[in-house]
Amino acid sequence: MNETIDLKRVLLEEFDRQERALNGAAGSAFFANRKNALADFDRLGFPTAKHEEWKYSNVRNLIAVPYHFNAPHQVTPADIEALAIPNLEGNILYFVNGRYEAALSVIVSPSDQLFIRTLDEALKQEPELVGAYFNKLAKNAEEAFTALNTSFAEHGVFIHVPDGRVVEKPVILRFITDARGGEVGAQPRNVIAVGKNAQVKIAEAFRSIGEAASFTNIVTEIHVGENAHVEYYKVQNESDQAYHIGTTQVRMLEASHFYSATATINGGFIRNNLNIEIDGEHCDAYMYGVYCPDGRQHIDNHTLADHRKPNSVSNELYKGVLRDKSVGVFNGKVFVRQDAQKTNAYQSCKNVVLSPDARMNTKPQLEIFADDVKCSHGTTTGQLDEEALFYMRSRGIPRAEAMGLLMFAFCEDVVSQIRIEPIREYLEGLIAEKLGSVIS
Amino acid sequence: MLKIKDLQASIEDKEILRGINLEIKPGEVHAIMGPNGSGKSTLASVLAGREEYAVTGGGVDYDGKDLLEMSPEERAAEGIFLAFQYPVEIPGVTTINFLKTAVNEIRKYRGEEPLDAARFLKLVKEKAKLVNINDSLLKRALNEGFSGGEKKRNEIFQMAVLEPKLAILDETDSGLDIDALRIVSEGVNKLRSPERATIVVTHYQRLLDYIVPDFVHVLYKGRIVKSGPKELAQELERKGYDWIKAEVEEAV
Repeated sequence: MNETIDLKRVLLEEFDRQERALNGAAGSAFFANRKNALADFDRLGFPTAKHEEWKYSNVRNLIAVPYHFNAPHQVTPADIEALAIPNLEGNILYFVNGRYEAALSVIVSPSDQLFIRTLDEALKQEPELVGAYFNKLAKNAEEAFTALNTSFAEHGVFIHVPDGRVVEKPVILRFITDARGGEVGAQPRNVIAVGKNAQVKIAEAFRSIGEAASFTNIVTEIHVGENAHVEYYKVQNESDQAYHIGTTQVRMLEASHFYSATATINGGFIRNNLNIEIDGEHCDAYMYGVYCPDGRQHIDNHTLADHRKPNSVSNELYKGVLRDKSVGVFNGKVFVRQDAQKTNAYQSCKNVVLSPDARMNTKPQLEIFADDVKCSHGTTTGQLDEEALFYMRSRGIPRAEAMGLLMFAFCEDVVSQIRIEPIREYLEGLIAEKLGSVIS
Repeated sequence: MLKIKDLQASIEDKEILRGINLEIKPGEVHAIMGPNGSGKSTLASVLAGREEYAVTGGGVDYDGKDLLEMSPEERAAEGIFLAFQYPVEIPGVTTINFLKTAVNEIRKYRGEEPLDAARFLKLVKEKAKLVNINDSLLKRALNEGFSGGEKKRNEIFQMAVLEPKLAILDETDSGLDIDALRIVSEGVNKLRSPERATIVVTHYQRLLDYIVPDFVHVLYKGRIVKSGPKELAQELERKGYDWIKAEVEEAV
């Protein structure tokens, strides 16, 4: 690749081509959303390192690749079997290179519990329902990658859980990028609307196959209704050539409960934005995160707990183990608005850096405008406890295994919070393997 | 079994051990006593392979092998066990998983098959009874939030499971009330055997009422300045350490 790729220009041209192909449909309200977002993307452009929010995560390399979006793939049922998470039962939907694969997917929950369609299909069947939730939370005007995603919104999933319904089986969204045939890109857009008193568990799991570069630019909007309970997990296990920009935008209403964990095992360059607007009283928001980069992997987690109403709680714990020449970024914002009295907000980010060439950048950012609140934050970056290592070695556990065991235990603090058991076990296996822990 | 010859060791250029000579045979229990700062814990640490200490002279022969050449994990696999003065808390690792890993790593070192879950649990049950340790404690994170007594009992429990040839108890009595002391000592006594040697490092004679030694050595300023039968411990208890110090100063 000697020639310079202008990804922005390529995408703008691609949009024009799609618009012309749409003919009459280009006049819909949905398309107007896309077109407005494109204007935002055009105006914002890709962020540079001068942008405060992208200071430690330079997308220069990401945008220098000629991705083929929604590319055909060669994924076979045997591949899917190899990628399956053991013992996992539920609604499992596969997206390969951005496109939904009905033949690989299975939906088990009854339709009165769970309305689940691909975004374009839902738009055809329930345009008003989709219209009520799509693009209501996304921050297109400020965030280039979100605007870009909205401009091409088509693939991905629309989930609606009606008021009072409890979805018993989890919803697992598997995003596979097949980069065996060249550089591929995908921009899934998920919209999740959980009604009053409703309950659902959702996981997004990312995998890539093949050696070429891949780019996932995903946006998930989650509306948590009054007194609703939502669990949301993000599991990332992609190749070192995978670029991933993911934004999850959440709004919580009165007395709702949002419980999330983000586990990043592998990936070349990852930026996760998890933004929660706590827009009701008596809400609980939980954010857990774990990452264990090695080699030259780059993992960036940006989170926001935006307390807009009084009497709510947010609780955050992110933990990372960094090795080799890897880079980690944690930026945790907590906003407590003037109205949000009696807010309790806790944030903690703990890291173990095991190589002089690895780097962890942490930035807690608290902006508090109310006076009667309890907020705490803390970040630590250190090494493994030498005394603990000696203790283990003195019992016959070799140094490398003892380190693996300690690193695993460090991560397990977060992983144990995951309440979909097969996913928790799957992650424990991946982490133990990556960190060289011998524990069974 | 263990031959310590003119052992000298220092930490951060500070000389602590200034020539220790000691020979221990299978089945024997040796008590190492001495005032604070005499080098007792350093001796235990050097034998277990703690890396902060630099051995500056002398040697240690363990069953015909050069002990000082071995890593801490090799020493453990060769049958040396150190009961820590301050057992380390390790969040996220249960005692039971920790021990299973230890047992199977040692078995691997010795070229033995790993114990399967059932056989390991049987072993644990049997040894837990021996030291009267609660099952629920073993499922908790290693030493995390344990009382002083629970931590020390856990050390002896680990010793029971790992069945060392040479056990080194480093101030196992420190911080224990009389009941905890009795339980821990009973555990140690049950593990006494003709094949197993034990080094008991302690400041006080109290522990030696329960774990009765064959020999007592007094360490002072990095040297063993007096050795004797178990009665020496009682004499030290009565007279304190000052008379020993005076004897040493006089000889100089």
